[in-house]
Amino acid sequence: MPTIEVRGLRKTYGTTVAVDHIDLDVAEGEILGILGPNGSGKTTTVECVAGLRRPDAGSLRVAGLTPGRDRDRLNRIVGVQLQQAGLQAKLTVREALELYSSFYEHPADGVALAERLSLGPKLDTRYGKLSGGQQQRLAIALALVGRPRVALLDELSTGLDPRSRRTVWEVVEDARAEGTTVLLVTHLMEEAQYLCDRVALFDRGRIVALDTPEGVVSRTRVPTVMSFFRTASGSASPAGAPDTAALAAIDGVERVRVREDGRIELGLTDEAVPEVLDRLAAEGIRPGRLRVVDATLDDAFLNLTSASADGTGAPGTGDTTEEA
Amino acid sequence: MAASPTRTVLRTEVRLFLREPAALFWIVLFPALLVGGLGQVPGYRDPEEGVDGVPVIALYVPVAILLAMLLAAVSTMPVALAGYREQLILKRIATTPARPRDLLIAQYAINGGAAVAGGALAMLVVRIGYGTGLPGNAAAHLLALLLALAATLAIGGLISAVVPTARLATTVGAILLFPLMFTAGVWLPVSAMPDLLGDIVSLTPLGAAALALDAAGAGGWPALRDVAVLLAWTLGTGAIAARYFRWN
Repeated sequence: MPTIEVRGLRKTYGTTVAVDHIDLDVAEGEILGILGPNGSGKTTTVECVAGLRRPDAGSLRVAGLTPGRDRDRLNRIVGVQLQQAGLQAKLTVREALELYSSFYEHPADGVALAERLSLGPKLDTRYGKLSGGQQQRLAIALALVGRPRVALLDELSTGLDPRSRRTVWEVVEDARAEGTTVLLVTHLMEEAQYLCDRVALFDRGRIVALDTPEGVVSRTRVPTVMSFFRTASGSASPAGAPDTAALAAIDGVERVRVREDGRIELGLTDEAVPEVLDRLAAEGIRPGRLRVVDATLDDAFLNLTSASADGTGAPGTGDTTEEA
Repeated sequence: MAASPTRTVLRTEVRLFLREPAALFWIVLFPALLVGGLGQVPGYRDPEEGVDGVPVIALYVPVAILLAMLLAAVSTMPVALAGYREQLILKRIATTPARPRDLLIAQYAINGGAAVAGGALAMLVVRIGYGTGLPGNAAAHLLALLLALAATLAIGGLISAVVPTARLATTVGAILLFPLMFTAGVWLPVSAMPDLLGDIVSLTPLGAAALALDAAGAGGWPALRDVAVLLAWTLGTGAIAARYFRWN
Protein backbone atom coordinates (compact mmCIF):
# COMPACT_ATOMS: atom_id res chain seq x y z
CA MET A 1 0.00 0.00 0.00
CA PRO A 2 1.45 3.40 -0.92
CA THR A 3 2.16 5.79 1.93
CA ILE A 4 0.45 8.63 0.08
CA GLU A 5 -2.49 7.78 -2.13
CA VAL A 6 -4.30 10.45 -4.13
CA ARG A 7 -7.28 9.43 -6.23
CA GLY A 8 -9.29 11.67 -8.51
CA LEU A 9 -8.37 14.79 -6.55
CA ARG A 10 -10.24 17.87 -7.67
CA LYS A 11 -10.21 21.32 -6.14
CA THR A 12 -11.68 24.54 -7.45
CA TYR A 13 -11.52 28.09 -6.15
CA GLY A 14 -14.64 29.80 -7.40
CA THR A 15 -14.63 29.16 -11.13
CA THR A 16 -10.90 28.40 -11.28
CA VAL A 17 -10.05 24.71 -11.40
CA ALA A 18 -6.82 24.43 -9.43
CA VAL A 19 -6.50 20.66 -9.55
CA ASP A 20 -8.43 18.42 -11.89
CA HIS A 21 -8.49 14.68 -11.32
CA ILE A 22 -5.03 14.04 -9.93
CA ASP A 23 -4.02 10.42 -9.25
CA LEU A 24 -0.74 10.00 -7.44
CA ASP A 25 0.91 7.31 -5.32
CA VAL A 26 4.01 7.82 -3.24
CA ALA A 27 5.58 4.61 -1.99
CA GLU A 28 7.03 4.26 1.48
CA GLY A 29 10.51 5.78 1.63
CA GLU A 30 10.14 7.36 -1.80
CA ILE A 31 11.03 10.95 -2.67
CA LEU A 32 8.54 12.23 -5.20
CA GLY A 33 8.94 15.67 -6.72
CA ILE A 34 6.14 17.78 -8.13
CA LEU A 35 7.22 20.06 -10.95
CA GLY A 36 5.16 22.46 -12.97
CA PRO A 37 4.56 26.06 -13.98
CA ASN A 38 3.09 28.56 -11.55
CA GLY A 39 -0.59 27.94 -10.98
CA SER A 40 -0.49 24.34 -12.13
CA GLY A 41 -1.91 23.00 -8.87
CA LYS A 42 1.25 21.89 -7.06
CA THR A 43 0.66 23.71 -3.79
CA THR A 44 -3.05 22.92 -3.80
CA THR A 45 -2.24 19.22 -4.06
CA VAL A 46 0.30 19.36 -1.23
CA GLU A 47 -2.09 21.34 0.97
CA CYS A 48 -4.87 18.83 0.36
CA VAL A 49 -2.52 15.99 1.35
CA ALA A 50 -1.56 17.99 4.46
CA GLY A 51 -5.23 18.34 5.37
CA LEU A 52 -5.13 22.13 5.04
CA ARG A 53 -7.63 22.15 2.19
CA ARG A 54 -10.71 20.07 1.67
CA PRO A 55 -10.90 18.54 -1.82
CA ASP A 56 -14.07 19.03 -3.84
CA ALA A 57 -13.84 15.47 -5.09
CA GLY A 58 -11.57 12.47 -4.86
CA SER A 59 -9.99 10.61 -2.02
CA LEU A 60 -6.77 10.98 -0.06
CA ARG A 61 -4.97 8.52 2.18
CA VAL A 62 -1.75 9.24 4.06
CA ALA A 63 -0.26 6.33 5.98
CA GLY A 64 -3.73 4.82 6.09
CA LEU A 65 -5.28 7.99 7.49
CA THR A 66 -7.62 10.48 5.86
CA PRO A 67 -6.37 14.10 5.86
CA GLY A 68 -8.92 16.38 7.48
CA ARG A 69 -10.87 13.61 9.19
CA ASP A 70 -7.96 11.99 11.08
CA ARG A 71 -6.31 15.33 11.79
CA ASP A 72 -4.85 14.55 15.20
CA ARG A 73 -3.31 11.21 14.30
CA LEU A 74 -2.08 12.49 10.95
CA ASN A 75 -0.41 15.63 12.29
CA ARG A 76 1.72 13.55 14.64
CA ILE A 77 3.38 11.75 11.73
CA VAL A 78 3.50 14.46 9.07
CA GLY A 79 6.04 17.28 8.85
CA VAL A 80 5.15 20.23 6.65
CA GLN A 81 7.12 23.06 5.10
CA LEU A 82 4.88 25.76 3.65
CA GLN A 83 6.06 28.40 1.20
CA GLN A 84 6.24 30.78 4.15
CA ALA A 85 7.60 29.43 7.42
CA GLY A 86 4.78 30.96 9.45
CA LEU A 87 6.70 31.87 12.56
CA GLN A 88 6.42 34.74 15.01
CA ALA A 89 8.99 37.41 14.14
CA LYS A 90 10.38 37.64 17.68
CA LEU A 91 10.81 33.89 18.18
CA THR A 92 14.46 32.83 18.13
CA VAL A 93 15.68 29.89 16.07
CA ARG A 94 16.34 27.90 19.24
CA GLU A 95 12.89 28.65 20.66
CA ALA A 96 11.19 27.71 17.40
CA LEU A 97 13.04 24.38 17.41
CA GLU A 98 12.13 23.77 21.05
CA LEU A 99 8.49 24.62 20.41
CA TYR A 100 8.16 22.35 17.41
CA SER A 101 10.14 19.54 19.06
CA SER A 102 7.70 19.67 21.95
CA PHE A 103 4.84 18.83 19.59
CA TYR A 104 6.17 15.39 18.70
CA GLU A 105 6.74 12.22 20.65
CA HIS A 106 10.21 11.30 19.40
CA PRO A 107 11.75 14.45 18.01
CA ALA A 108 15.21 14.70 16.51
CA ASP A 109 17.88 16.87 18.13
CA GLY A 110 16.74 20.26 16.87
CA VAL A 111 20.00 22.06 17.57
CA ALA A 112 22.01 19.40 15.72
CA LEU A 113 19.60 19.64 12.80
CA ALA A 114 19.96 23.43 12.75
CA GLU A 115 23.73 23.12 12.84
CA ARG A 116 23.68 20.76 9.89
CA LEU A 117 21.68 23.39 8.03
CA SER A 118 24.32 26.01 8.96
CA LEU A 119 22.01 27.76 11.42
CA GLY A 120 24.33 27.08 14.36
CA PRO A 121 25.52 30.70 14.69
CA LYS A 122 21.91 31.90 14.41
CA LEU A 123 20.36 29.86 17.21
CA ASP A 124 19.66 32.94 19.32
CA THR A 125 18.65 35.16 16.41
CA ARG A 126 15.01 36.07 16.05
CA TYR A 127 13.15 34.67 13.06
CA GLY A 128 12.37 38.16 11.75
CA LYS A 129 16.09 39.00 11.64
CA LEU A 130 17.06 35.97 9.55
CA SER A 131 17.78 36.24 5.84
CA GLY A 132 15.33 34.64 3.42
CA GLY A 133 17.59 31.63 2.96
CA GLN A 134 18.00 31.17 6.71
CA GLN A 135 14.24 31.37 7.23
CA GLN A 136 13.84 28.77 4.52
CA ARG A 137 16.35 26.41 6.16
CA LEU A 138 14.67 26.86 9.53
CA ALA A 139 11.34 25.95 7.93
CA ILE A 140 12.93 22.74 6.62
CA ALA A 141 14.40 21.96 10.04
CA LEU A 142 10.97 22.44 11.65
CA ALA A 143 9.33 20.19 9.05
CA LEU A 144 11.79 17.40 9.88
CA VAL A 145 12.38 17.92 13.61
CA GLY A 146 9.51 15.61 14.55
CA ARG A 147 11.08 12.76 12.56
CA PRO A 148 7.92 12.51 10.47
CA ARG A 149 6.84 9.41 8.60
CA VAL A 150 5.75 11.73 5.81
CA ALA A 151 7.37 15.04 4.90
CA LEU A 152 5.51 17.52 2.68
CA LEU A 153 7.90 20.18 1.46
CA ASP A 154 6.57 23.05 -0.64
CA GLU A 155 9.35 24.73 -2.60
CA LEU A 156 12.18 23.00 -0.85
CA SER A 157 15.13 25.12 -1.85
CA THR A 158 13.68 28.27 -3.41
CA GLY A 159 16.01 31.15 -2.61
CA LEU A 160 18.90 29.02 -1.39
CA ASP A 161 22.45 29.35 -2.69
CA PRO A 162 23.98 26.25 -4.32
CA ARG A 163 25.90 25.21 -1.21
CA SER A 164 22.85 25.45 1.08
CA ARG A 165 20.85 23.59 -1.51
CA ARG A 166 23.28 20.69 -1.40
CA THR A 167 23.08 20.60 2.38
CA VAL A 168 19.28 20.64 2.26
CA TRP A 169 19.30 17.77 -0.21
CA GLU A 170 21.55 15.76 2.09
CA VAL A 171 19.27 16.43 5.03
CA VAL A 172 16.25 15.28 3.03
CA GLU A 173 18.12 12.18 1.90
CA ASP A 174 19.05 11.41 5.49
CA ALA A 175 15.42 11.73 6.51
CA ARG A 176 14.49 9.30 3.77
CA ALA A 177 17.21 6.91 4.94
CA GLU A 178 15.44 6.94 8.31
CA GLY A 179 12.21 5.95 6.59
CA THR A 180 10.55 9.26 5.84
CA THR A 181 8.42 9.39 2.71
CA VAL A 182 8.84 12.72 0.96
CA LEU A 183 6.51 14.67 -1.31
CA LEU A 184 8.16 17.88 -2.42
CA VAL A 185 7.42 20.77 -4.74
CA THR A 186 10.32 22.20 -6.67
CA HIS A 187 11.08 24.61 -9.45
CA LEU A 188 14.61 23.35 -9.87
CA MET A 189 15.11 20.61 -12.38
CA GLU A 190 18.54 19.94 -10.96
CA GLU A 191 16.97 19.36 -7.59
CA ALA A 192 14.43 16.94 -9.01
CA GLN A 193 17.12 15.09 -10.91
CA TYR A 194 19.40 14.85 -7.89
CA LEU A 195 16.89 14.07 -5.20
CA CYS A 196 13.72 12.56 -6.58
CA ASP A 197 13.03 8.91 -7.32
CA ARG A 198 10.14 10.02 -9.48
CA VAL A 199 8.76 13.32 -10.64
CA ALA A 200 5.20 14.31 -11.43
CA LEU A 201 5.02 17.05 -14.02
CA PHE A 202 1.93 19.19 -13.39
CA ASP A 203 0.30 21.39 -15.97
CA ARG A 204 -3.01 23.23 -15.54
CA GLY A 205 -4.13 21.06 -12.67
CA ARG A 206 -3.28 17.78 -14.31
CA ILE A 207 -0.34 15.42 -14.33
CA VAL A 208 1.22 15.39 -17.79
CA ALA A 209 4.12 13.08 -16.95
CA LEU A 210 4.86 10.81 -14.02
CA ASP A 211 8.10 8.89 -14.19
CA THR A 212 11.71 8.79 -13.05
CA PRO A 213 13.54 12.03 -13.96
CA GLU A 214 15.34 10.15 -16.76
CA GLY A 215 12.05 8.67 -17.93
CA VAL A 216 10.42 12.08 -18.17
CA VAL A 217 13.38 13.44 -20.10
CA SER A 218 13.33 10.57 -22.59
CA ARG A 219 9.63 11.16 -23.16
CA THR A 220 10.21 14.51 -24.77
CA ARG A 221 10.54 14.94 -28.51
CA VAL A 222 14.03 16.33 -28.06
CA PRO A 223 16.04 13.96 -25.86
CA THR A 224 19.34 15.47 -27.01
CA VAL A 225 20.79 18.95 -26.90
CA MET A 226 23.62 19.84 -29.27
CA SER A 227 25.48 23.10 -29.15
CA PHE A 228 28.53 24.68 -30.76
CA PHE A 229 30.13 27.89 -31.90
CA ARG A 230 30.26 28.54 -35.59
CA THR A 231 33.92 28.93 -36.48
CA ALA A 232 35.42 30.06 -39.72
CA SER A 233 39.03 28.93 -39.49
CA GLY A 234 39.32 26.69 -36.48
CA SER A 235 39.28 29.50 -33.92
CA ALA A 236 36.51 29.36 -31.37
CA SER A 237 35.30 32.89 -31.90
CA PRO A 238 31.73 33.38 -33.07
CA ALA A 239 31.65 34.53 -36.67
CA GLY A 240 28.54 36.10 -38.14
CA ALA A 241 24.93 35.01 -37.97
CA PRO A 242 24.36 31.30 -38.71
CA ASP A 243 21.69 30.00 -41.00
CA THR A 244 19.39 28.76 -38.26
CA ALA A 245 16.47 28.29 -40.57
CA ALA A 246 18.42 25.76 -42.66
CA LEU A 247 19.37 23.82 -39.53
CA ALA A 248 15.80 23.91 -38.24
CA ALA A 249 14.60 22.39 -41.50
CA ILE A 250 16.58 19.19 -40.87
CA ASP A 251 14.36 16.26 -39.97
CA GLY A 252 14.46 15.60 -36.21
CA VAL A 253 15.60 19.09 -35.22
CA GLU A 254 12.91 20.48 -32.96
CA ARG A 255 14.36 23.84 -32.12
CA VAL A 256 17.33 26.04 -32.85
CA ARG A 257 18.38 29.13 -31.02
CA VAL A 258 21.40 31.35 -30.68
CA ARG A 259 22.41 32.01 -27.14
CA GLU A 260 23.60 35.39 -26.03
CA ASP A 261 27.24 34.33 -26.13
CA GLY A 262 26.83 33.23 -29.76
CA ARG A 263 26.58 29.53 -29.01
CA ILE A 264 24.15 27.82 -31.35
CA GLU A 265 21.90 25.36 -29.50
CA LEU A 266 19.71 22.68 -31.06
CA GLY A 267 17.14 20.43 -29.46
CA LEU A 268 16.96 17.30 -31.55
CA THR A 269 16.60 13.56 -31.77
CA ASP A 270 19.63 11.28 -31.60
CA GLU A 271 19.19 10.41 -35.27
CA ALA A 272 19.41 14.04 -36.31
CA VAL A 273 22.84 14.60 -34.75
CA PRO A 274 24.91 13.14 -37.65
CA GLU A 275 22.57 14.86 -40.10
CA VAL A 276 23.38 18.21 -38.57
CA LEU A 277 27.12 17.44 -38.59
CA ASP A 278 26.92 16.48 -42.25
CA ARG A 279 25.09 19.68 -43.08
CA LEU A 280 27.66 21.77 -41.25
CA ALA A 281 30.50 19.96 -43.05
CA ALA A 282 28.79 20.51 -46.40
CA GLU A 283 28.58 24.23 -45.66
CA GLY A 284 32.22 24.34 -44.59
CA ILE A 285 31.39 25.17 -40.97
CA ARG A 286 33.53 23.64 -38.26
CA PRO A 287 31.54 23.36 -35.05
CA GLY A 288 33.73 24.85 -32.32
CA ARG A 289 33.58 23.50 -28.76
CA LEU A 290 30.91 21.04 -29.81
CA ARG A 291 28.77 19.55 -27.04
CA VAL A 292 26.20 16.81 -27.47
CA VAL A 293 24.38 16.10 -24.18
CA ASP A 294 21.18 14.54 -22.92
CA ALA A 295 18.34 17.00 -22.59
CA THR A 296 17.77 18.04 -19.00
CA LEU A 297 14.53 18.00 -17.09
CA ASP A 298 14.42 21.71 -17.90
CA ASP A 299 14.07 20.89 -21.57
CA ALA A 300 11.45 18.28 -20.81
CA PHE A 301 9.61 20.76 -18.63
CA LEU A 302 9.43 23.33 -21.41
CA ASN A 303 8.50 20.66 -23.88
CA LEU A 304 5.74 19.01 -21.91
CA THR A 305 4.04 21.90 -20.17
CA SER A 306 1.89 24.69 -21.51
CA ALA A 307 4.75 27.16 -21.15
CA SER A 308 5.60 26.02 -24.67
CA ALA A 309 2.53 27.92 -25.81
CA ASP A 310 4.62 31.08 -25.86
CA GLY A 311 6.90 29.60 -28.51
CA THR A 312 9.85 28.56 -26.39
CA GLY A 313 10.86 25.04 -27.28
CA ALA A 314 8.01 24.63 -29.71
CA PRO A 315 8.92 22.38 -32.62
CA GLY A 316 10.67 23.84 -35.61
CA THR A 317 10.31 27.47 -34.69
CA GLY A 318 14.00 28.16 -35.18
CA ASP A 319 13.67 31.01 -32.75
CA THR A 320 16.53 33.15 -31.60
CA THR A 321 15.22 33.86 -28.14
CA GLU A 322 17.72 34.91 -25.55
CA GLU A 323 18.48 32.53 -22.76
CA ALA A 324 16.18 33.04 -19.82
CA MET B 1 3.88 11.35 25.48
CA ALA B 2 4.88 14.84 24.38
CA ALA B 3 3.96 17.76 26.64
CA SER B 4 0.55 19.31 26.03
CA PRO B 5 0.85 21.57 22.99
CA THR B 6 -1.55 24.05 24.55
CA ARG B 7 0.89 24.54 27.42
CA THR B 8 4.04 24.83 25.33
CA VAL B 9 2.30 27.26 22.98
CA LEU B 10 1.17 29.33 25.96
CA ARG B 11 4.69 29.39 27.41
CA THR B 12 6.10 30.52 24.07
CA GLU B 13 3.46 33.22 23.69
CA VAL B 14 4.17 34.56 27.19
CA ARG B 15 7.84 34.82 26.24
CA LEU B 16 6.97 36.70 23.08
CA PHE B 17 4.56 39.03 24.88
CA LEU B 18 7.34 40.01 27.29
CA ARG B 19 9.32 41.13 24.20
CA GLU B 20 6.66 43.75 23.38
CA PRO B 21 7.66 46.76 25.49
CA ALA B 22 4.96 49.00 24.01
CA ALA B 23 2.15 46.60 24.87
CA LEU B 24 3.57 46.06 28.34
CA PHE B 25 3.80 49.80 28.93
CA TRP B 26 0.28 50.66 27.80
CA ILE B 27 -1.49 47.73 29.42
CA VAL B 28 0.44 47.26 32.64
CA LEU B 29 2.00 50.64 33.48
CA PHE B 30 -0.07 53.34 31.80
CA PRO B 31 -3.31 52.93 33.79
CA ALA B 32 -1.33 53.09 37.06
CA LEU B 33 0.61 56.16 35.86
CA LEU B 34 -2.67 57.79 34.86
CA VAL B 35 -4.39 57.37 38.21
CA GLY B 36 -1.11 58.12 40.01
CA GLY B 37 -0.94 61.43 38.10
CA LEU B 38 -4.61 62.25 38.63
CA GLY B 39 -4.03 61.86 42.37
CA GLN B 40 -1.77 64.89 42.16
CA VAL B 41 -4.62 67.09 40.91
CA PRO B 42 -5.59 69.35 43.83
CA GLY B 43 -8.79 68.18 45.49
CA TYR B 44 -9.01 64.79 43.77
CA ARG B 45 -7.99 63.07 46.99
CA ASP B 46 -10.36 65.07 49.15
CA PRO B 47 -13.60 63.23 50.04
CA GLU B 48 -15.26 66.60 50.66
CA GLU B 49 -14.72 67.59 47.04
CA GLY B 50 -15.70 64.18 45.66
CA VAL B 51 -19.06 62.62 44.80
CA ASP B 52 -21.18 61.53 47.77
CA GLY B 53 -18.11 61.62 50.00
CA VAL B 54 -16.01 59.45 47.68
CA PRO B 55 -12.85 61.20 46.45
CA VAL B 56 -12.58 61.63 42.66
CA ILE B 57 -9.39 59.56 42.53
CA ALA B 58 -11.28 56.56 43.94
CA LEU B 59 -13.84 56.89 41.13
CA TYR B 60 -11.01 56.66 38.63
CA VAL B 61 -9.74 53.28 39.85
CA PRO B 62 -12.44 51.23 38.07
CA VAL B 63 -12.03 53.46 35.03
CA ALA B 64 -8.27 52.72 35.00
CA ILE B 65 -8.96 49.00 35.26
CA LEU B 66 -11.39 49.14 32.32
CA LEU B 67 -8.78 51.12 30.40
CA ALA B 68 -6.21 48.36 30.99
CA MET B 69 -8.73 45.84 29.67
CA LEU B 70 -9.41 47.92 26.55
CA LEU B 71 -5.74 48.46 25.79
CA ALA B 72 -5.12 44.71 26.08
CA ALA B 73 -8.20 43.26 24.42
CA VAL B 74 -9.01 45.87 21.78
CA SER B 75 -5.70 47.58 21.01
CA THR B 76 -3.20 44.74 21.41
CA MET B 77 -4.76 41.32 20.95
CA PRO B 78 -6.42 41.83 17.52
CA VAL B 79 -3.14 43.11 16.06
CA ALA B 80 -1.34 39.98 17.26
CA LEU B 81 -4.01 37.56 16.04
CA ALA B 82 -4.54 39.26 12.69
CA GLY B 83 -0.76 39.15 12.23
CA TYR B 84 -0.74 35.46 13.06
CA ARG B 85 -3.29 34.87 10.36
CA GLU B 86 -1.61 37.20 7.86
CA GLN B 87 1.85 35.64 8.34
CA LEU B 88 0.44 32.11 8.05
CA ILE B 89 1.38 31.28 11.63
CA LEU B 90 -2.11 29.87 12.22
CA LYS B 91 -1.86 27.86 9.02
CA ARG B 92 1.54 26.42 9.88
CA ILE B 93 0.50 25.40 13.37
CA ALA B 94 -2.60 23.74 11.89
CA THR B 95 -0.29 21.11 10.40
CA THR B 96 1.20 20.16 13.79
CA PRO B 97 -0.26 18.30 16.77
CA ALA B 98 -0.90 21.74 18.26
CA ARG B 99 -3.94 23.61 17.01
CA PRO B 100 -4.49 27.19 15.85
CA ARG B 101 -6.94 27.55 18.70
CA ASP B 102 -4.04 27.00 21.12
CA LEU B 103 -2.64 30.31 19.88
CA LEU B 104 -6.02 31.97 20.38
CA ILE B 105 -6.36 30.59 23.88
CA ALA B 106 -2.84 31.79 24.70
CA GLN B 107 -3.55 35.28 23.37
CA TYR B 108 -6.81 35.57 25.35
CA ALA B 109 -5.08 34.33 28.49
CA ILE B 110 -2.05 36.58 28.14
CA ASN B 111 -3.94 39.76 27.27
CA GLY B 112 -6.50 39.00 29.95
CA GLY B 113 -3.68 38.43 32.41
CA ALA B 114 -1.89 41.62 31.41
CA ALA B 115 -5.12 43.59 31.86
CA VAL B 116 -5.56 42.11 35.34
CA ALA B 117 -1.96 43.04 36.17
CA GLY B 118 -2.44 46.58 34.85
CA GLY B 119 -5.70 46.99 36.75
CA ALA B 120 -4.21 45.59 39.95
CA LEU B 121 -1.23 47.92 39.69
CA ALA B 122 -3.52 50.93 39.20
CA MET B 123 -5.52 49.88 42.25
CA LEU B 124 -2.38 49.38 44.35
CA VAL B 125 -1.01 52.79 43.39
CA VAL B 126 -4.18 54.50 44.55
CA ARG B 127 -4.58 52.40 47.70
CA ILE B 128 -0.96 52.71 48.77
CA GLY B 129 -0.45 56.27 47.50
CA TYR B 130 -3.75 57.81 48.47
CA GLY B 131 -5.36 55.31 50.86
CA THR B 132 -8.59 54.92 48.93
CA GLY B 133 -10.17 53.12 45.95
CA LEU B 134 -12.02 49.87 45.23
CA PRO B 135 -13.11 47.20 47.61
CA GLY B 136 -16.59 48.22 48.87
CA ASN B 137 -18.09 44.89 48.05
CA ALA B 138 -15.04 42.84 47.04
CA ALA B 139 -17.01 39.86 45.72
CA ALA B 140 -19.23 42.14 43.64
CA HIS B 141 -16.15 43.88 42.29
CA LEU B 142 -14.68 40.55 41.28
CA LEU B 143 -17.89 39.57 39.51
CA ALA B 144 -18.15 42.91 37.69
CA LEU B 145 -14.48 42.82 36.67
CA LEU B 146 -14.73 39.27 35.34
CA LEU B 147 -17.80 40.16 33.29
CA ALA B 148 -16.08 43.29 31.98
CA LEU B 149 -12.96 41.32 31.07
CA ALA B 150 -15.01 38.69 29.25
CA ALA B 151 -16.87 41.39 27.30
CA THR B 152 -13.74 43.32 26.26
CA LEU B 153 -11.94 40.13 25.22
CA ALA B 154 -14.98 39.09 23.20
CA ILE B 155 -14.98 42.46 21.42
CA GLY B 156 -11.26 42.07 20.72
CA GLY B 157 -11.93 38.56 19.47
CA LEU B 158 -14.55 39.89 17.07
CA ILE B 159 -12.08 42.43 15.65
CA SER B 160 -9.50 39.61 15.30
CA ALA B 161 -12.07 37.54 13.45
CA VAL B 162 -13.19 40.02 10.83
CA VAL B 163 -10.09 42.13 10.20
CA PRO B 164 -7.73 40.52 7.66
CA THR B 165 -4.41 42.25 8.41
CA ALA B 166 -2.44 43.41 11.44
CA ARG B 167 -2.32 46.89 9.96
CA LEU B 168 -6.08 47.14 9.67
CA ALA B 169 -6.47 45.68 13.15
CA THR B 170 -4.33 48.52 14.49
CA THR B 171 -6.56 51.08 12.80
CA VAL B 172 -9.84 49.47 13.84
CA GLY B 173 -8.58 49.06 17.40
CA ALA B 174 -7.57 52.72 17.55
CA ILE B 175 -10.90 53.91 16.13
CA LEU B 176 -12.92 51.78 18.55
CA LEU B 177 -10.76 52.64 21.54
CA PHE B 178 -12.06 56.19 21.92
CA PRO B 179 -15.81 55.53 22.00
CA LEU B 180 -15.15 52.56 24.27
CA MET B 181 -13.04 54.72 26.59
CA PHE B 182 -15.78 57.34 26.58
CA THR B 183 -18.48 54.81 27.49
CA ALA B 184 -16.20 53.45 30.21
CA GLY B 185 -16.29 56.93 31.75
CA VAL B 186 -12.72 58.03 31.13
CA TRP B 187 -13.81 61.63 30.51
CA LEU B 188 -17.09 61.70 32.39
CA PRO B 189 -18.19 59.05 34.89
CA VAL B 190 -21.15 57.11 33.52
CA SER B 191 -23.17 57.75 36.66
CA ALA B 192 -22.70 61.48 36.12
CA MET B 193 -23.85 61.47 32.48
CA PRO B 194 -27.11 63.25 31.60
CA ASP B 195 -30.23 61.07 31.38
CA LEU B 196 -30.51 60.18 27.69
CA LEU B 197 -26.76 59.79 27.21
CA GLY B 198 -26.54 57.78 30.40
CA ASP B 199 -29.34 55.48 29.23
CA ILE B 200 -27.63 54.86 25.92
CA VAL B 201 -24.21 54.34 27.47
CA SER B 202 -25.66 51.91 30.01
CA LEU B 203 -26.47 49.62 27.08
CA THR B 204 -22.85 49.57 25.89
CA PRO B 205 -20.52 46.92 27.30
CA LEU B 206 -18.15 49.36 28.97
CA GLY B 207 -20.99 51.57 30.21
CA ALA B 208 -22.68 48.59 31.86
CA ALA B 209 -19.31 47.52 33.28
CA ALA B 210 -18.74 50.98 34.75
CA LEU B 211 -22.19 50.97 36.38
CA ALA B 212 -21.62 47.47 37.76
CA LEU B 213 -18.31 48.57 39.25
CA ASP B 214 -19.92 51.70 40.73
CA ALA B 215 -22.54 49.52 42.41
CA ALA B 216 -19.84 47.27 43.86
CA GLY B 217 -17.90 50.34 45.00
CA ALA B 218 -20.98 51.55 46.88
CA GLY B 219 -21.02 48.23 48.76
CA GLY B 220 -23.89 46.66 46.81
CA TRP B 221 -24.26 44.27 43.86
CA PRO B 222 -24.41 45.09 40.16
CA ALA B 223 -27.92 45.59 38.82
CA LEU B 224 -29.26 42.57 36.97
CA ARG B 225 -29.76 44.76 33.93
CA ASP B 226 -26.05 45.66 33.78
CA VAL B 227 -25.04 42.02 34.20
CA ALA B 228 -27.43 41.05 31.43
CA VAL B 229 -26.03 43.75 29.11
CA LEU B 230 -22.46 42.53 29.73
CA LEU B 231 -23.38 38.90 29.16
CA ALA B 232 -25.31 39.76 26.00
CA TRP B 233 -22.32 41.62 24.55
CA THR B 234 -19.94 38.80 25.48
CA LEU B 235 -22.08 36.04 24.00
CA GLY B 236 -23.17 38.07 20.99
CA THR B 237 -19.74 39.24 19.86
CA GLY B 238 -18.27 35.86 20.81
CA ALA B 239 -20.78 34.01 18.63
CA ILE B 240 -20.17 36.33 15.66
CA ALA B 241 -16.41 35.95 16.10
CA ALA B 242 -16.70 32.17 16.22
CA ARG B 243 -18.87 32.24 13.10
CA TYR B 244 -16.61 34.48 11.03
CA PHE B 245 -13.13 33.70 12.30
CA ARG B 246 -10.83 32.86 9.38
CA TRP B 247 -7.85 30.66 10.06
CA ASN B 248 -6.09 31.73 6.88
